Amino acid sequence: MTTQIGPGESGPPRPPVPPAPAEAPPPRVNYLNVAYGVKSWLLTTDHKRIALLYLAGVTLMFFLGGAFAVLIRLELVTPAGDLVQSETYNKLFTMHGIIMVFFFLIPSIPAVLGNFLIPLMIGARDLAFPRLNLASWYIYMIGAAFTIFVLVSGGVDTGWTFYTPYSTTYSNTHVVAAGLGVFITGFSSILTGLNFIVTIHRMRAPGLTWFRLPLFVWAHYATSLIMVLGTPVIAITLLTVVLERTLHLGIYDPRLGGDPVLFQHLFWFYSHPAVYIMILPAMGVVSEVVACFSRKRIFGYEVVAMSSLAIAVIGFLVWGHHMFISGQSTYAGLVFSFLSFLVAIPSAIKVFNWTSTLYKGSVSYDTPMLYAIGFVGLFTIGGLTGLFLAALGLDVHVTDTYFVVAHFHYIMVGGAIMGYLGGIHFWWPKITGRLYPEMWARVAAVIVFAGFNLTFFPQFILGYLGMPRRYHAYPEEFQVLNVMSSAGASILGLGYLLPMIYLVWSMRYGPRASANPWQAKGLEWQTASPPITENFERQPVVSEEAYAYAPEEEARVV
Amino acid sequence: MGTELPLFPVPASTMAGRVDALYLFLILVSVFFGVLIATLVVSFAIRFRRRSPDERPRPIHGSTVLELTWTLIPLGIVMVIFLWGAEVFFAMARVPPASMDIYVVGKRWMWKTQHMTGQREINELHVPVGVPVKLTLTSEDVIHSFFVPAFRMKKDVVPGRYVTTWFQATRTGTYHLFCAEYCGTKHSGMIGTVTVMEPAAFQTWLAGGATGTSLAAAGERLFQDLACITCHRADSEGRGPKLEGVFGHPVTLASGERVTADEAYIRESIVNPAARIVAGFQPVMPTYQGLVSEESLMQLVAYIQSLGGPATAGPGAALASPAPAIASPAAAPRSRGQGR
Repeated sequence: MTTQIGPGESGPPRPPVPPAPAEAPPPRVNYLNVAYGVKSWLLTTDHKRIALLYLAGVTLMFFLGGAFAVLIRLELVTPAGDLVQSETYNKLFTMHGIIMVFFFLIPSIPAVLGNFLIPLMIGARDLAFPRLNLASWYIYMIGAAFTIFVLVSGGVDTGWTFYTPYSTTYSNTHVVAAGLGVFITGFSSILTGLNFIVTIHRMRAPGLTWFRLPLFVWAHYATSLIMVLGTPVIAITLLTVVLERTLHLGIYDPRLGGDPVLFQHLFWFYSHPAVYIMILPAMGVVSEVVACFSRKRIFGYEVVAMSSLAIAVIGFLVWGHHMFISGQSTYAGLVFSFLSFLVAIPSAIKVFNWTSTLYKGSVSYDTPMLYAIGFVGLFTIGGLTGLFLAALGLDVHVTDTYFVVAHFHYIMVGGAIMGYLGGIHFWWPKITGRLYPEMWARVAAVIVFAGFNLTFFPQFILGYLGMPRRYHAYPEEFQVLNVMSSAGASILGLGYLLPMIYLVWSMRYGPRASANPWQAKGLEWQTASPPITENFERQPVVSEEAYAYAPEEEARVV
Repeated sequence: MGTELPLFPVPASTMAGRVDALYLFLILVSVFFGVLIATLVVSFAIRFRRRSPDERPRPIHGSTVLELTWTLIPLGIVMVIFLWGAEVFFAMARVPPASMDIYVVGKRWMWKTQHMTGQREINELHVPVGVPVKLTLTSEDVIHSFFVPAFRMKKDVVPGRYVTTWFQATRTGTYHLFCAEYCGTKHSGMIGTVTVMEPAAFQTWLAGGATGTSLAAAGERLFQDLACITCHRADSEGRGPKLEGVFGHPVTLASGERVTADEAYIRESIVNPAARIVAGFQPVMPTYQGLVSEESLMQLVAYIQSLGGPATAGPGAALASPAPAIASPAAAPRSRGQGR
């Protein structure tokens, strides 16, 4: 295998390394070619290989979930429910939600990029519990297998929210298997979070103090807290659904003496923080990317780091804002509304700090940066429309309509997936040792951004006009906006297929990447691309702040 | 399919203008911050674009003043939105005392409405313009949500309990009624219309649809058929509490607690009598859960309401009183829900 690095490569404009710190030629053996064969992958405890196993899993689930989205948007082109039957349509949006939320968005950045990068970023040999890490992937795959079993055996139609008493008493679909699939995969989430927390606490390189950690690591630390503390609640909640459904324990169905609204409290106690499991890691990616492509320390580093923790903590106290009209007390609504406005503040702070980082920076427009800028734009819209939903009197009108659908897609797709794609591109040279075709990647990023907005912006208007979500058929006056949305979805789908093609292509044909193609800071860029199994030849020692793009003595405070 | 694209649903209730005003304010705030961020990002990205590959900009660590600025200003703005939203929400929650009562049952996949005068409709609701209408809602099965976009009104309809909401229509016309909480296969078919009529036309409609049996009268018949009357006797000699003059009044429970005998309490006392026993009585009443439909329960509640209590008569009640005899049935608008 050749280890050519040098000029003459296409791909991102690679500035000559300024002081040319004699970059050692990459080692012949790296984590990818150290062993071959199925067994070497399925029994690996290398966090980098496990990250790639997760990459395969979540990519499969993403395109599966995406296929359902395609069918949903096709059905909604016409007002009548004419493409599929109502039962099928209900299963489509349920499977779309379950797969995208539990099997793509929640594991995507933490289990792929976090798994790969956290040990590298903190100068560690691996995660604290490598075998637990592998176990978490198997658990994820078992959960995914349950879900695919549900799919082929007829599906489930409760909505990803499993609201009672519909799910416990009335649905005739595979609620138990679907619930168990989510229940099982939750454990993979808990194990990943646990692993990250211990790793970040115990395995930082000498000199790498907490406030020298990359913001990506801070974001994952906050995310891990939510995973460990929140996931058991959804687990037990889904288990009670299974128990009521199979043994008729009266927990949620009023006919059995239960309270259906109790389920919503328990469900959202996890599922609202779960939104932060999706978005916080994406924010971590954006921080890394913005710093690298403006060659500047993130403005207000400490504030950005602490805002992640603030979001994680306050995020646990806002679940009731999903339930303003559900029959919970008016005063409970008041408290949840207040706290929901509070949680908006740390998110706003992050946006302002990213923006300020660009000021007097050296900004380049490589693909990861395009995704990061796209993230800031879409997340801003998603966050601002969250204020509409947190406002009690306004929420009454827009909740359970397409306004909500648009809002959370701006956060989850516009935010989390833009962050994920930006991160995949940013660290692709590190992960694979290859450069992706920059021009194609920029085109795809622009297509994703345009397609996304055309898909989801009309849905805000649709929602305010009153179109309820989860409607198979709808009144004719909503058709124009629905057609726009479906047209956008086809553009968005193209935008997602492109990276799939050129990234796979680049694994074989892409030019070889140097250790640090972006001239980025961070320990992960100080080892070879791809890294050796042990990550570093020698134990790195950290003697500077994060994002020290310029000599520290020049630092100033405005 | 219209050629013009409306951005708002028709405003047809007293709440619509208030919700729209808050919505517009939020749009202004969003446009301001959205444009601000977009302008800053784009202008910084262009102005400070990388001009040479080995550029090393001087770091800026941060600024406490700026951090405080963009913490406190947004905090102030969201607190305004919070208070405004809460004010509208509480107005939505406070049912005006003199409202016309209508009972609604959600059932997969239809809406059944009952007027105090006995008219029953399916997937339709006729109401007079300018009169506050109080809805008491429940569900026979799963959670539904009663949503009328033109009124900016939505309320989850939860099985096993009564929820209330209200509206006052301001514009005649026919408006969408949607179920907004996913309820199974035909969720998107659980739709209907709300028809807002001039008071006179509404009187005509009421007369045309009259069955001769008011809700309370239907409840009275049930009260006898179900043999409630053997224990709940008017002479205070029964094994159950006397129900005359109870509705809307505080009741002392065996636990010493005091509750108001409202719709929800009456309903609970029928389906789950042991839950809150009135002081001085034994928990001897059997449950009627599953024996009485939610619609019948509402009739029983209306009957007990008619037996006494101060807050039952209002303009709504007056409106719903037996209509002038001159109204001919032929003049009645659609009322296909009759008698179901």
